[in-house]
Amino acid sequence: MYGRLPIVKMLLVTIALTVVISAVMVPINWNGQGASTAAPKIDHLLNVMIVLSAFVFSLVMVMLFYALWKFKAKPGDESDGEPIHGNTRLEIAWTLIPTVIVLFAGGYSWKVLDDIEEPNAKHLTVSVFSQQYAWSFAYPGKEYAYSEGELHVPVDRQVQFKMHAMDVIHSFWVPEWRIKKDNVPGITTTAIVTPDKEGTYQLVCTELCGFGHATMRAKVVVESPAKFNEWVDGLEQKLPEPFMEVLKEESVSNPPALDAGGA
Amino acid sequence: MVDAIKRPGWWRGLIGAIAFGAFGFGLVIALRAISDLPLYQTEQTGYPHVIVPAITAPLGFLAGFGCFDYWLRWAAGLPTIPDDHSQHGAKSWKDYFKFNTDHKVIGIQYVVTTFFFFFIGGLMAMLIRAELAQPGTQIVEASTYNSLFSTHAVLMIFVFVIPVFAGLANYVLPLMIGAPDMAFPRLNALSFWMLPIAGVLFVGSFLAPGGAFDAGWTGYAPLSTGAPLGQSFFNLGVQFAGASSIATALNFLVTIITMRAPGMTFWRMPLLVWANLSTSLLVVAATPFIAGVQFMVLFDRALHTNFFDFAGGGDVISYQHIFWFYSHPAVYIMMLPGFGIISEVISTHARKPIFGYRLMALALIGIVVLSYSVWAHHMFVAGMFSWLRVPMMITTLLIAVPTGIKIFSWLGTLYFGKIHTYSTSMLFALAFIVTFTIGGISGVMLGMVPIDIHVSDTYFIVAHIHFVLFGGSVFTIFAGVYHWFPKMTGRMYDEKLGRVHFWGTLVGTWGTFVPMHWVGMDGMPRRVADYAAQFGDWNLLISAFAFLLGAVQLVFLYNMVVSWRFGPKADANPWRANSIEWQVSSPPPIFNFDEIPRVVGGPYEYGIPGARHAIMAGEGAEVPAGEKSMVGTPP
Repeated sequence: MYGRLPIVKMLLVTIALTVVISAVMVPINWNGQGASTAAPKIDHLLNVMIVLSAFVFSLVMVMLFYALWKFKAKPGDESDGEPIHGNTRLEIAWTLIPTVIVLFAGGYSWKVLDDIEEPNAKHLTVSVFSQQYAWSFAYPGKEYAYSEGELHVPVDRQVQFKMHAMDVIHSFWVPEWRIKKDNVPGITTTAIVTPDKEGTYQLVCTELCGFGHATMRAKVVVESPAKFNEWVDGLEQKLPEPFMEVLKEESVSNPPALDAGGA
Repeated sequence: MVDAIKRPGWWRGLIGAIAFGAFGFGLVIALRAISDLPLYQTEQTGYPHVIVPAITAPLGFLAGFGCFDYWLRWAAGLPTIPDDHSQHGAKSWKDYFKFNTDHKVIGIQYVVTTFFFFFIGGLMAMLIRAELAQPGTQIVEASTYNSLFSTHAVLMIFVFVIPVFAGLANYVLPLMIGAPDMAFPRLNALSFWMLPIAGVLFVGSFLAPGGAFDAGWTGYAPLSTGAPLGQSFFNLGVQFAGASSIATALNFLVTIITMRAPGMTFWRMPLLVWANLSTSLLVVAATPFIAGVQFMVLFDRALHTNFFDFAGGGDVISYQHIFWFYSHPAVYIMMLPGFGIISEVISTHARKPIFGYRLMALALIGIVVLSYSVWAHHMFVAGMFSWLRVPMMITTLLIAVPTGIKIFSWLGTLYFGKIHTYSTSMLFALAFIVTFTIGGISGVMLGMVPIDIHVSDTYFIVAHIHFVLFGGSVFTIFAGVYHWFPKMTGRMYDEKLGRVHFWGTLVGTWGTFVPMHWVGMDGMPRRVADYAAQFGDWNLLISAFAFLLGAVQLVFLYNMVVSWRFGPKADANPWRANSIEWQVSSPPPIFNFDEIPRVVGGPYEYGIPGARHAIMAGEGAEVPAGEKSMVGTPP
């Protein structure tokens, strides 16, 4: 029955279509500029997924349009199709092959996740405080140097952000870093980033937090360690008392990195 | 007049609403007075003198309208009024505005009511796109904008997509399984009448001080626990929509399990019936979770409980766990009935048996089981226990497998068939395969934690949900409405206008939602009234396509209204389909069947000479050769 179908030709067209779609889509930098060590890993994972998805999409399109071209009823034809109820081998194939594909995607994602959250002993810890509709930051040393609306971090050093929301949930996202994490009232959440390009970026709140949500932004500056130290030393503001309270009570660190074993 | 007040109906309903509302209001004021409190508490999360009547008045309306009459008389030991079938069937349009226990009338009530809210929700989408056409604030201010997208989503989800499927199935399903009605017709009527109450509460929240609820349809605490009064309307509306949904699901379960015609074994049920069986299994177990969590929010707001108040020891993230434990299964509640519709439409118009029927049914059950184990993929960046992310990622990716089985089996159904594309329903079914594949692909990407970390809460999510809910669910709804329009109204719709609607919707959907993926990945967060200027051009394009998408729905509305009134009379079986609903007249007789049909074969036996699905009354007892007779088997 299926010997009547040009299976080889259909597969060739599918592969050709996959190549064309991939050739168009992979070179495009969908996620924008990358500026952290996580960015190329996530972008690469995305590209692998684009190729796999292009294959699945092409397969569906070829199957659909071949059927529409070949098996379209002639006008006035009131007869029925051939009474085929199924094909066990084919059904097993389209159960098992997608299972393998998604398990591969899952395993690869797991590895990337493990990589990008790998803690580094020499990391710098920066505390983040979010409230409607402003960001502020505290740096260790010199009894918590403090800045409002502007975050500075050194380049090429892992930064662990310990994040605290003071009123409702906010979310910390720097698109160029590809890293996002909610700030949740009552607990401390952690984001791990290693910025690897100097420059000025924008910190965006991505969790709806009220009427000022769209404008809840902060400036992010990635600079050389020397400049960073100089900038921190020049900070004059002190960490406000309520924020100090939160830092003292910081006990839950949720979530820890994967290989820290939970807890 | 006095007579009108005594009889169940709108007058008595109005009086019930006023009386019960006044009772609720009086109770609050009296209790506050004897407690020496100020009579009115108007902190933004308070307003007990509004919240309590908002619970009691709808109950009063339902009681007055006649939803409980039979049960109350029975419970009180009074003689029940024998059903004279005055609550059955519809002779004029006025009968659709009455308490009616006929599943066919209720089905139409559902579909029309839900499309009413579809157009209101759609208008809100137009306002949203008008605001977003350019960066900056032009049309609505930020807090109104937040209310608009929140109510848009809530109307579309709770009073359009979920109940419109219940409505279509209400009409079609009893006919399909050869049943004279649903198992519990009075419960069915009550389920319907709770729905407009939910819709009125959602829309009515715009009148509340502080405006309509604006914490998104997700209503995350503590934004929702501290929000103005409108949020309480959301908390309460969900209770009515949820109760309606649960009661309907129970009704479907009992109907499907106990009321199938003799001979209709589980493996002879049409896939639409399988789909509604699966959906109902999700609804009965999952919906209580959202009802519960919205009560918890309401209690935090009105009674100062500490479920989600972190300062009082509450746990903010637990809101999200409970919410998504319902709301992820809910996306399958919004999709599985559509899968059923697509199976019916494709098999009928390809003149072919469904390819791999049993695996198709098992895939539905597989989705039901898996869908309870994926909820936390909505929370990969929420700060939950980090290890939970990996197992939730694996189950999320695995759910693509049964979904893929369905896509490939529909494609397999087309092969060696005789594909007819004259019907708009088939066009929507074929387009659904394409758009839903894209929505599925972006879903798999979102399931992968590292990609999700980047695109979570961006326009990529907005693109994905609209591809699966508009390109997915709504396409299947259109396919279903066009497919059963002749059966439900007894009239044919205009295929030319149907094609205009189809192509406009297809182009509008792709033009609107494809670029949203791109701006999202490039850095545009969701739920913002204003955005960075770099996304301006894309958003203008998106808005232009969105207006096309909105405008072309008016063609659909015109086609439906005019065809219902003036369309050519429909034959019993215009699509030459096999399932039982097409073997009775269009519209079907008031009690569906003079005699319960006998099912003698599968529902999709196209192309097999002499094969029959069911033998109708008056056809004698002839059983096709080769078929084992199931005639006379007790149900």
